[in-house]
Amino acid sequence: MDTKVDTSVHASPLGFWKRLLLSPNGIVGLVIVLGLIFCAIFAEHLAPHNPAKMGTGGRFLPPNSDFFLGTDEFGRDMLSRILYGSRITLLIGAVAVGISLTIGMLIGMLAAFRRGWIEAILMRSTDILFSFTETLIALSFVAVLGPSLQNAVIAVGVAGIPFYARTCYSAALVETSKPYFEASISIGSSPGRLLFFHLLPNVLPTMIVVATLGVSTAILAAAGLSFLGLGAQPPTSEWGYMLAGSRDYINRAPWLMTIPGLAIAVTVLGFNLLGDGLRTSLDPVERK
Amino acid sequence: MSTTLLSVRGLSITLGSDARATSLLQDVSFDVSTGQILSIVGESGSGKSMTAKAIMGLLPPKANSSGIAMFRGQNLLAKNTTPPRGTGIGLIFQEPMTALTPVLTIGSQLTEAIVVHGLADINAAHRRAIEMLDRVGIPNPVQRMRQYPHELSGGMRQRVMIAMMMLLEPDILIADEPTTALDVTVQAQILDLLRDIVFDTQIGLILITHDMGVVAEMASDVIVLKAGQVVEAGSVQQIFDAPNAEYTRALLDAVPSIEAAHLQPLSTKGTVILSARNLHKTFRGQRGVGPAGPKTKALDDVSLDIWHGETLALVGESGSGKSTLGRVLLRLTEADQGTVELGNMDLLALTGAQLRLTRRKIQMIFQDPYASLDPRQSVGAAILEPIIIQGSATKSDRHEVVSELLTRVGLTPEMANRFPHEFSGGQRQRIAIARAIASGPELIIADEPTSALDVSIQAQILDLLADLKQEKKLTMLFISHDLAVVRQVADRVAVMRQGRIIELGPVDAVWSAPRHPYTKALIDAAPVPDPHRKRGLRTPLTGSFSTGKLTEVAPGHWVAS
Repeated sequence: MDTKVDTSVHASPLGFWKRLLLSPNGIVGLVIVLGLIFCAIFAEHLAPHNPAKMGTGGRFLPPNSDFFLGTDEFGRDMLSRILYGSRITLLIGAVAVGISLTIGMLIGMLAAFRRGWIEAILMRSTDILFSFTETLIALSFVAVLGPSLQNAVIAVGVAGIPFYARTCYSAALVETSKPYFEASISIGSSPGRLLFFHLLPNVLPTMIVVATLGVSTAILAAAGLSFLGLGAQPPTSEWGYMLAGSRDYINRAPWLMTIPGLAIAVTVLGFNLLGDGLRTSLDPVERK
Repeated sequence: MSTTLLSVRGLSITLGSDARATSLLQDVSFDVSTGQILSIVGESGSGKSMTAKAIMGLLPPKANSSGIAMFRGQNLLAKNTTPPRGTGIGLIFQEPMTALTPVLTIGSQLTEAIVVHGLADINAAHRRAIEMLDRVGIPNPVQRMRQYPHELSGGMRQRVMIAMMMLLEPDILIADEPTTALDVTVQAQILDLLRDIVFDTQIGLILITHDMGVVAEMASDVIVLKAGQVVEAGSVQQIFDAPNAEYTRALLDAVPSIEAAHLQPLSTKGTVILSARNLHKTFRGQRGVGPAGPKTKALDDVSLDIWHGETLALVGESGSGKSTLGRVLLRLTEADQGTVELGNMDLLALTGAQLRLTRRKIQMIFQDPYASLDPRQSVGAAILEPIIIQGSATKSDRHEVVSELLTRVGLTPEMANRFPHEFSGGQRQRIAIARAIASGPELIIADEPTSALDVSIQAQILDLLADLKQEKKLTMLFISHDLAVVRQVADRVAVMRQGRIIELGPVDAVWSAPRHPYTKALIDAAPVPDPHRKRGLRTPLTGSFSTGKLTEVAPGHWVAS
């Protein structure tokens, strides 16, 4: 019997970036998000005026050639405020999601890996947290810690934990029941190795997608807290706060509310599209 | 007098647009006439299922077909033609579980088709459905009509599928791997039933399969497909006795036969390396609070010795507990009761770091090569992992060890940096084998290592395992449902049924003179790739067997009494 073995390998499938750039959602999302990051980094150079300086122009100037997006009730330049606001908005999204993601993934992975009473305690506590709306958790957190942007971010991050824990738990359950995981147990892998060498890399793609989509939720939640006066304090340029501060002038100067609202909407859209694109491009290329 | 029912000429299928189209099937022609069983054989990717789909008009939207398929004076491949599905040509799928709607009763699914096609009113349809269930050998058809698919076994479901198709009185039945998902004794019954139906009603049957044994038992004519092309076509005798094409010969050579003589010399009784005593394992249907679900005894007082240097095969049908036994020995499933001695340790009593270190001595090769490698770990890292964990090679040696192992299993060292999805099923199984032998185990448990592979690949993997066993003096526990494979690789065999070992002995003794009625039925049911051995009716499996203590009937040959 000839033992000629096929030693060819499949042509390497498209790389991750190529697939992301080929999906229309992904590329639009990527452009929006990259644009935001660009604005945040170079806000100082892009902003035509000091965002906190009052009386840069007249009060309630509608958009014109000097002030592209008009001015607010103190005569501050709206364009500069929006540009500087993108910094805070992105920071809020990243930090809040970072908190929920890290703690949520630890809980989820541990519960799926350990099973038994650890699983019961972790997942039932998650269920209890889940039964409160995120806003309520965030509100009570701010009530305890006091209103400030930093506390609002922590509150939004904590409120998101149950969702990430649950998602990670179900993803991890699927992975731990696969033969490769058992194969690794049967060669004598330590729990740490199983958790961080096998489980983590395999649930991470799912969680990256969830987290990207979650950034938009976190930005909205933080904007909501700021809108209620529990987040960013004056004179910080934060979009949610700007939205809240201008609601008295909605008839007189509608652009004051429209512009930050639009900025939030575009950001959320950008992250959602990017998350969607990531989902298709991170899908493991198992059996074609 | 047979008449031609379906005549296919020059059937070709391409996928994609004209510029960059890939060809799935090229110029396939055949006829099916009354009372004929035509078998389309091929390995995965040969286009055998595509042929059936093209005839049924079920090709995916991106696929284009050309050619002619004349049926009842109509070209089924012409544009805007809907083939007479059901009433003209019936299709039976591989997976009877998914082919039936789980939320409707058997009765309503059976009668629905008749009523929809206007063949009878609801009462007549009901009557005919019951008659047909009786015809396909389902006991208590009146009660079955009210049951749901999940209440029936796999074999029963496949009978229901056949009944459903036959109710519409088609001229042709296409069966796409109809018995691949079934146990061998059930497979034999379903094949008998299909043959009966073809003989009685004189319909034409197109049987799509990868199993040369099934072909030999069933078909009168055969088409061998490879990569979308007809390699050879002819009568079953001609294909088996005097195959013209190289590929057909290779395919037939690769098929293990239950009758083939044992290739390796029997190893004499050596020292016992693993000794399992009185293992029990019961699975409960439900966990957590609430009433406990039904109990399943997966292992019921199983005792077994594995000798150094032998291959011991565990044979049984699904639910026999053979996989559970393997998993208990690996400590992937905890036994309820019993001991397993490895060397002079009780394997089941080990915990923590001690258990992790001992795991090196028993390694597993899994059934599904696609799922048993971590998709995010490079092949080199996967092979290296057991070595790193056991600390059995220095950092500088590692690269060499991996290269050596990859070369040993027939791959190349450069493949170490690639990821599992870049490999084919057979190559992945080689990687899994390299990983299993990396830590220098004393015992390898192979759980259906070749059943997900094509037959030519299976032959290569079995050869590789045999070579490695010889070379490294390995001991192997080989879990399989395929009696022919077992005959080829094993020294001793243990037959399991419902959690108990009912026969145990040297493979040649057990196969040539089985003592237990269940072993007899099992061997009798296995299809033999020899068309001259059409067998008469098989002895039907009846209710209960002796499952008592094993008694020695010949030296080393034990049977449940």
